[in-house]
Amino acid sequence: MSDARSLVALIPRLRRYARALVGDRATADDLVQDTLERAWAKLHLFREGTDLRAWLFTVMHNVHVNRIRASRQTEMLDDEMPELAQRAAQGDSLMVRDLERAVAALPEAQREVLLLVALEDLSYEETARVLEIPVGTVMSRLARAREKVRALMSGKGMTKLQVVK
Amino acid sequence: MSEQNGQMIGENELQAWADDRLAPERRSEVDAWLAARPEEAERVAAYRELNALLRTHFDAVLQEPVPDHLEAVARGTSRWRRAAAIAGWIVLGAAVGGTAGWELRALERAAPVAATPDGPVLAHRAALAHATYAPEVRHPVEVGADQEQHLVAWLSKRLGGDIRAPRLDAEGMTLVGGRLLPRDPGPVAQFMYQNAQGRRVTLYVRTEAPDQRETAFQYTREGNVRVFYWIDRKFGYALSSADLDREALLGLANVVYRQLNP
Repeated sequence: MSDARSLVALIPRLRRYARALVGDRATADDLVQDTLERAWAKLHLFREGTDLRAWLFTVMHNVHVNRIRASRQTEMLDDEMPELAQRAAQGDSLMVRDLERAVAALPEAQREVLLLVALEDLSYEETARVLEIPVGTVMSRLARAREKVRALMSGKGMTKLQVVK
Repeated sequence: MSEQNGQMIGENELQAWADDRLAPERRSEVDAWLAARPEEAERVAAYRELNALLRTHFDAVLQEPVPDHLEAVARGTSRWRRAAAIAGWIVLGAAVGGTAGWELRALERAAPVAATPDGPVLAHRAALAHATYAPEVRHPVEVGADQEQHLVAWLSKRLGGDIRAPRLDAEGMTLVGGRLLPRDPGPVAQFMYQNAQGRRVTLYVRTEAPDQRETAFQYTREGNVRVFYWIDRKFGYALSSADLDREALLGLANVVYRQLNP
């Protein structure tokens, strides 16, 4: 089926976003699996001719939010996640460690916006549709997310990091 | 908001500058504005650099081989979706008394639904049987799928009717085998299926009283076991799983129903 082929082709993109969103590989792949299962169950709601990838991000967003709600981690995510920091410390460069830690430290809602725009290159309007929020909210969350990451990474100094790389 | 030569440069535009999403003309204007404001320029340059860092770091995931189980989920479950759509029509058709459409015509005899008073008991016992045997690692079934002919003949004889084990291979579910269960009120057969991820589904089949009416699909949940059940002429069926979500289970229930009612 063409649907199946399209879904298979998009797995790497879904995995990339999920990895950045939740940090570790196993949790990210679980999220991708739940997303694909949900996508099949909901495929009749997908409108032909629209962007399948953006639609899948919407599905993933809903699955992700439900999972967080279920595990009641929402408040924890406002703080740094120690296990992520530990994992990243093994063999990764300073820059990568700081980047992962800073992204993980963002509130969930800000992290989603930042990753959809900066990593997945969705337009602000697409991001708004995926997260079902107004474009104005996308812009304000984006600004806050970037400023927080910048603050967390400064001192190390982002320009210096570029030299290290 | 900041002003330059009568132009307003808002924070949103600075964000768009960082993402390189301004029209060229506007971009030049923002460049000029930033040239006069080193602190703002450094800030938005850091944002732009963050974009590059994120891509450099996480693009590595794109090169990783896709795990088999994810690919299977992406391609292997297409029939569940179609089946779920059909099941939706069955339930709807049953609710409104039946309209046109081949699925409904084929199922007309099941259309005048009324929940059999005994239906919830059927679902409850099926859920119990599922919870009892599905977690079994070493002895999930009495007779394995390698002896399927024997299994089917044996269960048919004990239940006093032509019992078949539906084929769910196209749905990724392989027959593990079956067992005979205590009377409820007549003898009961249980077939067990398992997919590549080890997720299990059981089909509970019992003989019904001769005057038993036929019903449409009904759904219930007992603890973490989801059950779709229905009665069709001589037999009552319940498909149970603690591993599959409701949509996936409904899809399988449809396939089972259609195979048993060709």
